[in-house]
Amino acid sequence: MDYQQKDAFRILYVHAPSAWMSMFTYVMMAVAAGIGLIWRIKLAHAAAAAAAPIGASFTFLALATGSIWGKPMWGTWWVWDARLTSELILLFLYLGYMALRSSFDDPQRADRASAVLAIVGVINVPIIHYSVEWWSTLHQPASVTKFDRPSIDIAMLIPLFIMIAGFQLYFGWALCRRLRGEILRRERNATWLKEVS
Amino acid sequence: MSLREFLHMSGYAGYVWTAYGLTALVLLANWWAARRIEAEQNVSARRRMTTDKENRT
Repeated sequence: MDYQQKDAFRILYVHAPSAWMSMFTYVMMAVAAGIGLIWRIKLAHAAAAAAAPIGASFTFLALATGSIWGKPMWGTWWVWDARLTSELILLFLYLGYMALRSSFDDPQRADRASAVLAIVGVINVPIIHYSVEWWSTLHQPASVTKFDRPSIDIAMLIPLFIMIAGFQLYFGWALCRRLRGEILRRERNATWLKEVS
Repeated sequence: MSLREFLHMSGYAGYVWTAYGLTALVLLANWWAARRIEAEQNVSARRRMTTDKENRT
């Protein structure tokens, strides 16, 4: 099937890593929020807060590149099927999480309320993953994350993994940058900040 | 593959390059936003510290 797509299949190398990272970031955010909620670790809440805008941007990318790919291949920018709709819900979850955080003046209350939202929303991640199997859809089924051998050619698989690794590293780096700002904001009255400055 | 063919993307140039351009743009915007937030917080933290010092003396 892929040869029919000619060079349009190359969108895969930005679309699939974005989609993967949109889900990975959400799970990481929910785990961090859960750790913050259970063990009351401020840094975990800070990490979750820093991850949200990055995850939202990956989700936007997955939707946008998917749409750009969908137009020449499916003949439409958008269909309301399970995969696309659940990914759109993921974007709203990120935005809702960020909006909820900013609606509280007290950072501790913001942490707790948004953590609950993040944890409840994680149910959407397996729905996105299995949506292509549970419902009939235009979107192709999983070809890499399967228990048997991936159904994608090795010549396409290697560059795809390189791209995913690149996105993953980018996320780690962007998260650290965001986290620095987030920690500064939370700790602006702390004595240790005066000592290190 | 010649450079011309590469840019042409067998007729899908508009789609392929838009997708890649958008990706580059979003990744850069993320970096820029993180830098800006950090710089802002740095400035505001320093400002707080200097006013704290002035209030104490």
